[in-house]
Amino acid sequence: MVLKGVNLTARRGQVIAIMGNSGCGKTTLLRLIGGALKPTTGTLMVDGVNIGELDQDALYDMRRRMGMLFQFGALFTDMTVYENVAFQLREHTDLPEPMIRDLVLMKLHAVGLRGAHNLMPSELSGGMARRVALARSIALDPMLIMYDEPFAGLDPISLGVTGNLIRRLTDALGMTSIVVTHDVQESLKIVDYVYFVSEGVIEAHGTAAEIKASDLPFVHQFVHGEEDGPVPFHYPAQSYGTDLGLSA
Amino acid sequence: MIASIRSVLQKIGHRVIDSVWRMGFAGRFFLLTLMHSGTCFRRFHLILREVFSAGVLSLIIILVSGLFVGMVLGLQGFETLQTYGSEEALGILVAKSLVMELGPVVAALLFASRAGSAITAEIGLMKATEQIAAMEMMAVDPIARVVAPRFWGAVISMPLLAALFSAMGIFGGYLVGVVLIGVDNGSFWSQMQAAVSFDRDILNGVIKSVVFGVAVTTIALFEGFDAPPTAEGVSRATTRTVVTSSLAILGLDFILTAFMFRGV
Repeated sequence: MVLKGVNLTARRGQVIAIMGNSGCGKTTLLRLIGGALKPTTGTLMVDGVNIGELDQDALYDMRRRMGMLFQFGALFTDMTVYENVAFQLREHTDLPEPMIRDLVLMKLHAVGLRGAHNLMPSELSGGMARRVALARSIALDPMLIMYDEPFAGLDPISLGVTGNLIRRLTDALGMTSIVVTHDVQESLKIVDYVYFVSEGVIEAHGTAAEIKASDLPFVHQFVHGEEDGPVPFHYPAQSYGTDLGLSA
Repeated sequence: MIASIRSVLQKIGHRVIDSVWRMGFAGRFFLLTLMHSGTCFRRFHLILREVFSAGVLSLIIILVSGLFVGMVLGLQGFETLQTYGSEEALGILVAKSLVMELGPVVAALLFASRAGSAITAEIGLMKATEQIAAMEMMAVDPIARVVAPRFWGAVISMPLLAALFSAMGIFGGYLVGVVLIGVDNGSFWSQMQAAVSFDRDILNGVIKSVVFGVAVTTIALFEGFDAPPTAEGVSRATTRTVVTSSLAILGLDFILTAFMFRGV
C-alpha cells in the first residue's frame, strides 16, 4: 500500500502543493484523483462525485473537467503546438474551425506563446514545452488542474514564469490547482496550502507561512534541504565495517 | 534439494501465468481495437494518414525488392524450364509464384520489418513519454485515437503493397526473361493470362496478404502498447515485433496454403 490514511481537501480557487521525498506516493495521489488508479479503501471525491465508483464513460466525462500537466509536458510529438492545444477542442466539441483557432490562440497567449503556434514540440525548450502543455490542459476551462513536478529541470526564469502562470491561471479561471513538487522555495511563493507526505501518510500541513515557521523535524529538513534528519542520507544497509570485511 | 525443485517449478508457473495473461491481454486488445473501429472510420483522414506512413513510405523497399525477386525468378525459372524445353511457360512460373506465394509472404516480411517495427517504436515511445497517459487524462481513448487508425491503415496497405510487389516481380521476370534472354514476348504474356485465374490464384493471394496484414499489425500495435516505458523496453518490443511477426507470417502461410490448395 503506497498511501495510508491520507485525508486532504482542495477548495475551488486554491493552489495546493503536495510535497515529499521521492517515492512517497505524491504521483500516486494524482493518479488516484485522475481515476487512473482506484483506491483499495477510502473515498476520493471530486466535485461531490466518488471517482473510485465511476465507470469508463462517467470517468471520461469527469476528466473533461480536469486537466493534467505531466512532468515533461507529454506533448504529442507528431503535432504542432497549435494542434496540441486544439486537440481536446477537436475531440470533445463540435466548434467550427475559426472558433477553435481563436480559442487556441487565446490559450497560447495566456502562456505567452501565441507566436510559437507553428512550432513542433522538438523545437521548444523544456520551459516552453511545459507552458504549451499548460495551455493544452486549460483548453476546456477545467475546474481542476493537477501538476506533476511542473518545476523539474527548469532554469530560474522559466521556473518563475511557470509558478506565476499557475497562480494567475488558477485565479483567472477560478479553478483548483494541485501541484506535486519538490521545489519548496518556488512553490511556497504561489500556494495557498501545503501537504507534506512521507511514506504514504501526511506528516504535516498548513499555509505557506505555517510551513516556513514549522519546527517539525521532517518539514524542517525538507524546507531547508538538510542532508540528514528523519529522512536518512544512507539507504538501510548492514554496517559499513561488515561490508568492507573489517569486522567479524 | 526440495527447495530448489520448488523454486524451478515456481519460475515455470510464473512464466506460464504471465504468458496466459499476456495472451488474454492481447486478445482483449484486439477486440477493443475492432470495437473502436467505427469511430476511426467516421474520421477517415486519420486512417489515410496511417496508410501514408505504413503504406506509401514502404513503397521503395517493396518495389525494389519485388523487382529483384522477379528478376531472380526469371533467371532461375528459365534455367529450369529450359531443361524441359518449356521456356515459354516462364510467364506462368513467375506470375504464379509471385501472386500466390512470394508476393504476399515476402511483402509481409518486409512490411513487418519496415512498418511493423516503426509502429511498435512509435507507440512504445508515446507510452514512455507519457503521451498515451496524457491522452487518457484528456478523456480520449488511445485505442480509438491511436491504435484503431494505425490498425486499419496498415491492414488496408498490406494487400496493396503485396499487389505492387507481385506486379514489380512480374516486370522483373519480363525484363530478364523476354528483354535479356529472349523468351518470346507473346508466349510470356499469353500463357500467363491463360494460366493465372482470378478466383483461385489472385484472390487467394489477396486473402493471404489481408490475413498477414491483420497479424503483423496486431502484433506491432500490441507490442508497442505493452512495452515497458524505457529505452530498453521499447527496443526489446521492436525486436519482438519483427521476430514474432515473421514467424506468424510463415506459420499462417502454411496453414492458409494447406486450406487453399490442398483441400484440408
